[in-house]
Amino acid sequence: MPAQVPVVDYLVLEPEPRLKAVACSGCGADFLTRRNACASCGGADFADKSLATEGSVVAFTIVHRAAPGVAVPFVSAIVRLDDGPIVPGNLIGVDPTPEDVALGMGVRLTTFVAGTDDNGVEAVAYAFAPRG
Amino acid sequence: MASDHVWIVGASMTRFARHDSLDALDLAAEAALAALADAGTAMSDMDILAAGSLFHAGAGLGQQLQKQIGQTGIPVYNVANACATGATALRTVHMSILAGESGLGLAVGVEKTSGMGLLGAAARPVGAKKEFVPAGRDGHVMPTEGILGSQTMPSVFAQAGMAYLHANPQASVEHFYKISEKNHAHSELNPLAQYRKRFSLEEIKAAPMISYPNTSLMCSANTDGAAAVVLCSSARLATLPLAVQKRAVKIAASVLTSDPYVPGGQVLPDVSTCTRNAAAAAYERAGIGPEDLDLVELHDCFATAELLHYDNLMLCEPGGAADFLDSGAPWRDGRLPVNVSGGLQSKGHPIGATGIANVYEVATHLRGEAGDRQIDGARVGLTHVIGLGSSAAVHILQK
Ligand SMILES: [Zn+2]
Repeated sequence: MPAQVPVVDYLVLEPEPRLKAVACSGCGADFLTRRNACASCGGADFADKSLATEGSVVAFTIVHRAAPGVAVPFVSAIVRLDDGPIVPGNLIGVDPTPEDVALGMGVRLTTFVAGTDDNGVEAVAYAFAPRG
Repeated sequence: MASDHVWIVGASMTRFARHDSLDALDLAAEAALAALADAGTAMSDMDILAAGSLFHAGAGLGQQLQKQIGQTGIPVYNVANACATGATALRTVHMSILAGESGLGLAVGVEKTSGMGLLGAAARPVGAKKEFVPAGRDGHVMPTEGILGSQTMPSVFAQAGMAYLHANPQASVEHFYKISEKNHAHSELNPLAQYRKRFSLEEIKAAPMISYPNTSLMCSANTDGAAAVVLCSSARLATLPLAVQKRAVKIAASVLTSDPYVPGGQVLPDVSTCTRNAAAAAYERAGIGPEDLDLVELHDCFATAELLHYDNLMLCEPGGAADFLDSGAPWRDGRLPVNVSGGLQSKGHPIGATGIANVYEVATHLRGEAGDRQIDGARVGLTHVIGLGSSAAVHILQK
């Protein structure tokens, strides 16, 4: 099996794919990207927090026009995970049509290989698919 | 001496259009000189200049402009604040006058965005050896546009609109189409608008899809243009000719906010809370409520944005944006006309000019000088812009 890296560092691949947040020890606010301090309370103590792998779609768009090299159409979604945090991601396993995507629909985290570099390393990305 | 109020004594905008033969300086100079003439003033009367342009502020647009229209040695502020750039330039002059540092000042905004295509869409690098190395604050090893959702402007604002529908199920995508129908229809009467063409709901729905539900006719139009205002203290106004005093428009409130922390706001940009906070502060400062407004120019960068700002600016009951639109209220013959200029979708959105052009629009109606598109008897109006990232600026103008 080729070496794999996550496409972003808030995706953890082992043992099972999950997203992680950095959560403020002071107020509980969670963020996906590295922090200098907390945007909510100003605190500087954070701990990693493993996030739920299921959630629901709170917003989406179906992208038909993108930069050169970006395959269209695709569904871009904003998902509220069952434990609260809001994360972005593509919605896969649906037709990219308004009839096949619904606000509030239940989704689960899944992963796919988004690319391979010249060293043969695979970048693994996450996406959301309709909940089972 | 600190001024009690700040007044608009000169206002202008260029036609918004593709101006291939004019550069940003030409457009800024045209708007600035027209605003100065409108106020019966000259560059030599100005105590401060603020020049707004997202793409030209870093190059010293203000000083370049002075070298074309008057190097008088006054302080210059080059301003960039996303789509709130023009409003922030205006507010820079406003603050200086309120503080008593300046008596008269000029704010100019300009942009050339014709042909820029999709804003926010970074091109993929090609050629170099591909090796996955984490970069940026999210440690991405490759560009994530199209892999982890979309960050283009049409996508971000489509998602903002869809989030509104999710929270307010009585609203539907049909309302977004209706907003574009209204704004394109309004633009027919505006000689300064880029498109001036009415479209049916069917034509709007059938236009090329950009980011569902935003079709090309529901996106702000890339264009070239500039706008300018001359602002004045109360004391200085008393020294100006009576004809200038008679046409002066009072800035009853000038408010700029940024997006406060909300959960998830760093994932789906929050353009609502900053707008709501700016509106609430502006109404309080002006002693004017939404029920007192005669017209509103708000930031319809996409059709999906206008609907939520009816709610954010408290033009309707909480959650009542769809009813407000269905009632016909925001049409030019309705209870509270919104975007009678044609809005950003049809008038055009030259980013740095936008937040001054909407002040020009409202001030022109309050002066009774809006010609065919005049809202009769308009005495109080509100302008609003959003800079994604985010900022909100709200101005309440009163005659
Ligand atoms: Zn905190």
